This record gives sequence, structure tokens and C-alpha cells, in this order.
Amino acid sequence: MNAEDPAFRPLFATYAALIVLLALTAAATALPTGWWSTPIGLAVAVAKASLIFVVFMRLRSQSPLVRTFALVGFFFLAIMIALTLADYVTRLVPV
Amino acid sequence: MNTATPPSLPAAYGDERQRDVANHLGMWTFIATEVLFFGGLFLAYVVYRVAYPAAFAAGSHTLNFWRGTLNTAVLLTSSLTMAMGDAYIKRGRRTALRNCVAATASLGVLFLAIKASEYQEMYAKHLVPGLPFDPAASPPLQLFVFLYFAMTGLHAVHMLIGLGLMAWLLRLNQRGRLTAAHHAPVEMFGLYWHFVDCVWVFLYPLLYLIPQR
Amino acid sequence: MTPTEPAERPRATPSYLGGETSAASWLGTLDHKRIALLYLFTITAFFVVGAVAAALMRWQLAVPTADLVTSDTYNRLFTLHGVVMVWFFLIPSIPTVLGNFILPLAIGARDVAFPRLNLASWYIFVSGGLLALYAIVVGGVDTGWTFYTPYSSTYSNGHVMVMAAGIFVAGFSSIATGLNFIVTVHKLRAPGLTWFRLPLFVWAIYATSIIMVLATPVLAITLVLMGLERVLGVGIFDPRIGGDPLLFQHLFWFYSHPAVYIMILPSMGVVSEIITCFSRKRIFGYPVMAVSILSIAGLGFLVWGHHMFVSSQSVYAGVVFSFLSFLVSVPSAIKVFNWIATLHRGSITLSTPLLYVLGFLALFTIGGLTGVFLATLAVDVHLHDTYFVIAHFHYIMVGGGVMAYLGGIHYWWPKISGRMFPEAVAAFAAVTIFVGFNLTFFPQYLLGYLGMPRRYMTYPAEFHTLNVVSTLGAVVLAVGFGLPLLYLTRSFLRGAPAGPNPWGATGLEWQTSSPPPEDNFAQTPVVTGPPYDYPPL
Repeated sequence: MNAEDPAFRPLFATYAALIVLLALTAAATALPTGWWSTPIGLAVAVAKASLIFVVFMRLRSQSPLVRTFALVGFFFLAIMIALTLADYVTRLVPV
Repeated sequence: MNTATPPSLPAAYGDERQRDVANHLGMWTFIATEVLFFGGLFLAYVVYRVAYPAAFAAGSHTLNFWRGTLNTAVLLTSSLTMAMGDAYIKRGRRTALRNCVAATASLGVLFLAIKASEYQEMYAKHLVPGLPFDPAASPPLQLFVFLYFAMTGLHAVHMLIGLGLMAWLLRLNQRGRLTAAHHAPVEMFGLYWHFVDCVWVFLYPLLYLIPQR
Repeated sequence: MTPTEPAERPRATPSYLGGETSAASWLGTLDHKRIALLYLFTITAFFVVGAVAAALMRWQLAVPTADLVTSDTYNRLFTLHGVVMVWFFLIPSIPTVLGNFILPLAIGARDVAFPRLNLASWYIFVSGGLLALYAIVVGGVDTGWTFYTPYSSTYSNGHVMVMAAGIFVAGFSSIATGLNFIVTVHKLRAPGLTWFRLPLFVWAIYATSIIMVLATPVLAITLVLMGLERVLGVGIFDPRIGGDPLLFQHLFWFYSHPAVYIMILPSMGVVSEIITCFSRKRIFGYPVMAVSILSIAGLGFLVWGHHMFVSSQSVYAGVVFSFLSFLVSVPSAIKVFNWIATLHRGSITLSTPLLYVLGFLALFTIGGLTGVFLATLAVDVHLHDTYFVIAHFHYIMVGGGVMAYLGGIHYWWPKISGRMFPEAVAAFAAVTIFVGFNLTFFPQYLLGYLGMPRRYMTYPAEFHTLNVVSTLGAVVLAVGFGLPLLYLTRSFLRGAPAGPNPWGATGLEWQTSSPPPEDNFAQTPVVTGPPYDYPPL
């Protein structure tokens, strides 16, 4: 088995996609995209993390149960951020 | 159900496949705890970025964009080499595994070296919390810098632990304890390493790519 | 063996208490049952430490302007009491003792999913505990168990870092245990044991484990951030650089509110086991009971802001948290109704475990109702930081949690030790605890309502009588708690032998010997029906 083994193709393809996405975000900041670069940056980060989870961490060949375990942490983190922001957003005077 | 368990399995398991799934569930549970552990820092980041957008933009500007970007590429590559190592050991290729783990570890060391140089730059600019801070900086800038050091610092600690675990994997491999049939340590470590990479994938845009006003 | 002996018979496996009995075999054990006893010993020791602190506080409070201790010492006492009782007694109690011992048995497994991790979790717990004890011995901490900034991070002169380190380390023990139980319940159930055939104790431990695993890491990072601020002299809670001390409270309570569900959910599981056994009936509304356990665990993550109503948190956020807090009381109330419905027309045996459960029902209900009062924004403005809050959480944690823990210890005592406890003494102790508890804590509802603040060591003379009643109650309570320590130790050493199933209970744990052999079951059981399958009355 060498680097041309078909098992490696998804790994290399994923890697290439990750590098392309990295270049995209770097460029989005360097270019005058204004406040767009934040949502772009976050969307790209989510895309990269998803690729890593699904391909490198092999979630695509795991059971629904394992996939649920993989996502549950993010769900509760979202709750923590959302409800805490409910306090700050209704309390802060913009600086 | 048979009551005779193969000697390599702990008493509770019926077969290897059951143990394999149990290992995966256990590892993903651990990763969920890491999400919440780093999550506290991400919460602080979100709150203060909403509160002090200008200071955060200024803070991001003090960081070294190129080193941060390069470091992201380094870590992504290390994830590739680790994934390759996992694929190799599943086919019993122990030498190839050794090379991949060594490559992953080297990239990890490179990442930490670049990070150290970044910390050194911050030190030179008097932007280290706890030491006399740049008097020209607005107070909330110190919040950003604190979070920068806390988040990348905690991440670096996880990288160091990863390096230690890779040394252990190399030793296991050298003793012939990793095979196509028994490769769980590699697979489980891989999950850990990829997760640490994912944390950086989020840190990078949040810290380095805040748009300047 | 002589030549005339018959063909070799399989030797009877020794119980988990027999076989290897050296200290090394206990300290290096991978057997979940032995690990449970290691935890039992450890948390009992911590309970005594926490109780001594409480005794000193109650002694001080017996007189309005006593000077038994200085205010600084008093601050360190209530901090010690909170830290030790919460993290080193109550949070581990049912999960690490009864969960470790009974859970694998109850699902027909031979051990937990990761036995070495299980042993490691005990060592981690002991390490954290030693750090906390060291912090106490070298002078203690005066911040309260809640460690609010900026006091903890900037001004306190106590040994905050060491204490925080002890709690941080103990947190990893919690996470390891929770992780182990989650995987155990998913992967090691006996054939035929589907999710909706699980005993409610297993559901409760499972839900508790989810909370342990998801909430505890947030506590860990919070302690790290507080520690960093203390060490560096600057941090993210520091107003001088635009930080918000309230962010600490958000982070702290995001863990600490779910933590109270870690303390009560296992108790609810124990109650369901005991109530079905001693009313000889199936649980009323099994699916609802299982779903309500999960609901409590889930909703428990959404309510933390009710600890911060008067902290300067936004009123709008307060309204949201208040509403969500009302919601979380619903599944708890449903469980109380279902337990009562289970008792109704049951064939009741007033044994000691059931006495503890009856006490639980009364005290948990009162504690829960007062929780709804406190969740009401306008009411909490007056009751926050008064003795009303202290009474509320002691009714739940002691009246609910500890009563259920003791009930569970007594219920499963024959299984754990192979012996029976003396019923008359045990029943007397249970009643003494109930009486002592109410004498101690009911006056505190009144004191809080009348305005006595918490964490003060002196108070106006008008509160004297109620404080005296409370202190006398504490003496009775101490007697009640002391009795089981004595008679259970005696029972372990020379109590009457118990058979495999002295209560005639359903549940897989009762289908093996008392005490069980090291690998739990001679043959893996197969489950073919629902839990609590008592014959119709």
C-alpha cells in the first residue's frame, strides 16, 4: 500500500479542501470585505471542523449513536452561550 | 451468551466489536467534555467581543496574521498525517505508522515553536497579562490579550499532552503491541488529535481574523 | 484429594469480599464492588469533616452575639462545610457508592465498561480530597463554596488556589465516573434488557452521568480562570480592564445548578427502587418516570440564572430564567405524584428503607415547593441570601438526597455485606434523623422569611429562639447520623447472614448471591419482562 492506495484518496481530498478553505478565510480578511469576514470566517471554521469530524474522525462510518455523542457537547455549549448572551445583550450599553 | 471471554478483553465484554464501540463512545464522551472545557473560554470571548468590538479588533491586529495562518496549515497537515497513520496500522503497516506518528509529532513541535515565537513577540510589545502592560493600550484590549493567551495556552497544553501520547504510541509500536487487529490506541489518539486541531480551527478566525474598522 | 473422591466439582467462587484480602488487593482492585466500598469509606470520612464544621457553626449560632470563633474563622467554617459536603460527599455519594456497586449488577453485567478508569477515578478523587484537606488544615478559605469574584480572585487572604485545585482535581473523578456509567449502560446491558425495561435507578444514574460529564468541565475552566486572575493580578472578571465579575457567576452556576441535579436525580432512582419493593407494586407510570428523569437533567441546564436574580443580571434574563425554573419543577412534581400513586393500595412493609423514602417524600416536596417560591423573581428579592435559601437547599439535599442515600444503603446493605442490619435500631435512627432534620431546618425557613441573612455569625436578639431550636435539632440530627455508622459497622462484621433476596425484590442484582461473587453472575441473566414485575395484589 502506498500513497496511491484508494483508501488515501478521501484523506488527500479532504486535506486539499481544508487548505483551500484556509486560503479563503485568510483572503477574506486581507481583502476589504468589512464585517462580512466574521460570518465567512465562522462558516469556514464550521466547514473545516465538519470535514475533520466526518472524514478524519470517521463519523461518516459510525452509528447514529456515536454521531449524537459527537454533537451533544456543541449543543449544550450553544445553550450556555445563548442564555448568557440573553443577560449581556439586554444589559450592556454599546461601547 | 457464552461465559468464556478471550483473555485480552476485560471481564465485562462479550466480544471485540462490543469493546470497540465502547471505546468509541468513551472517547467521544471525553471529547464532549473538552468541548465544554474550552467552551467556557469561548463564552468569555463571545461576551467580551460583543461588549468591546473596537478593542477586540485592535487586539486581533496585534497578532501575527502570517504565523497564525501558517500554524493553521501546520496543524491541518498534522491531522492528515495522523489519519494516514491510522489507515496504515489498520493494514498492519507498522513502519508506515511510525513514520506518520513521527511526522505528526514533528508538525506538532513546529506548531509549538511558531507559537512560542508569537508569544515572544507579544512579550516584546508589552502585551502579556500579569506583566506591565502597554500603557497605550485601551483597558479592554487587555481582555482580548488575556483571552488570546488563555485560549492558545490551553490549546498548547493539549498539544503537549498530545506529544507525550505520541511518544507512548511510538513505544507501543516499537514493541510490536500495535497491529491490524489491535490498533485502538492509535484510533483513539487520532480522535483526540483531530479534536485539538478542530479547536485551533475555531481559534484561528476568532483571534486572528477580526475585521479591522 | 483421596482417590475415592467423586469427580471434581466446580469450586464455589468466593464472594468479592473473600478471595484476596490484602490491602494491596483492595487498593489495586478493578472490581466495581470493591471500588464502591473504597468510595464509601472515603466519602464517609469527608461527611464527618463537613459535619464537624456544621456543628461548630450551629454552636456559634446558639447565642446571638457569641464569640466562639472569630468572623474570619466562621467564614472559613461555612466555606469548608459547603465545599466538603457538596463536592466530597453529596455529589459522589449515590453515584460512586451505590452506582458503582449496583449499576453493573442491575443490568446483568460483570463490571463497568472501563474498570481501570474506575479505579483511577477513586485515586483522582482521593488526590483532590487531600488537596482540599490540606487547604483546610493550613488555614482554609473564606470565600464561601461559591468562590465569587472579585473577592476570591483579588481580595481574599485564604488558601483559594489550593482549595480550587482540590475541587478541580475531584471534578475529573466525577467526569471519569460519569463517562464510565454512560458507556456501561449503552453497551453492557444483559440480553433482553431494552431501554424501557431498565430499572429507574439505572435511568437515574444514566441521566446523572450525562450531567456530570457535560457540566463539570465548565466548573473546571471557571476555577482555572479565577485562579489565573488571582495569580496574574489581572483577568477576565476584573472591572479595571472592562471585565465583568458576573461572568464568573454565569460560568459557575452553569455547572452548579446542574450539579444539584447530580445530587438529587440518583436519590430519585433509589426512591423508585425502594417504593416498588416495599409496596409490592409496579411503579405507577414507568415511561413518564423515565422521561421525567431525562427532562429534569435537560431542563436543569437552562435555569442557572435563578441564582443571580439580584446580582445585577438583566431583569429580562431574570424573567426567562424564572420561567424556565418553574418548568423544571414540573417533572419533579410528576415524580412525587407517581410515587404516591405507587404506594396507594400497595402492600406496604414499613421497613427502614421505606421509612427513609417516606421521609424523602415529605421533605423533598417541601424543599421543592420552596424552590418554586425562590424562583419567583419578586419573592426572591426578599429571600435571596437569607436563611430561607439555606433551608430550601438543605430540605432537598439532606431531606431528599441524604435520606435517599441512607435508604439505599440500607436497602442494598444485604447485597453489599451479605448481612442484615438490626431493624429496630435502624428504624429508630431513621425517625431520629427525620425529627432532628425538621427541628434543625424548619426554623430556618422562618428565620429567612423574617430576614436573617446567611453567612453571618451574629444576629439580632429577635432571632434567638428559632436559632436555639435549630441548634438543638442539629444535636438530634447528629445522633441520628451517628447511629448507622455504629450499627452498620457492627453488622458488616457480625450481622445475621442475609440470603440472596431478603426483601423479595425484583431486579437483577437480587438474582445473585449476597454478597455477589467477583464476576457478579454465574451465568449472564436474560431479561424477558418489564421491571418491578411484582405479582398482582
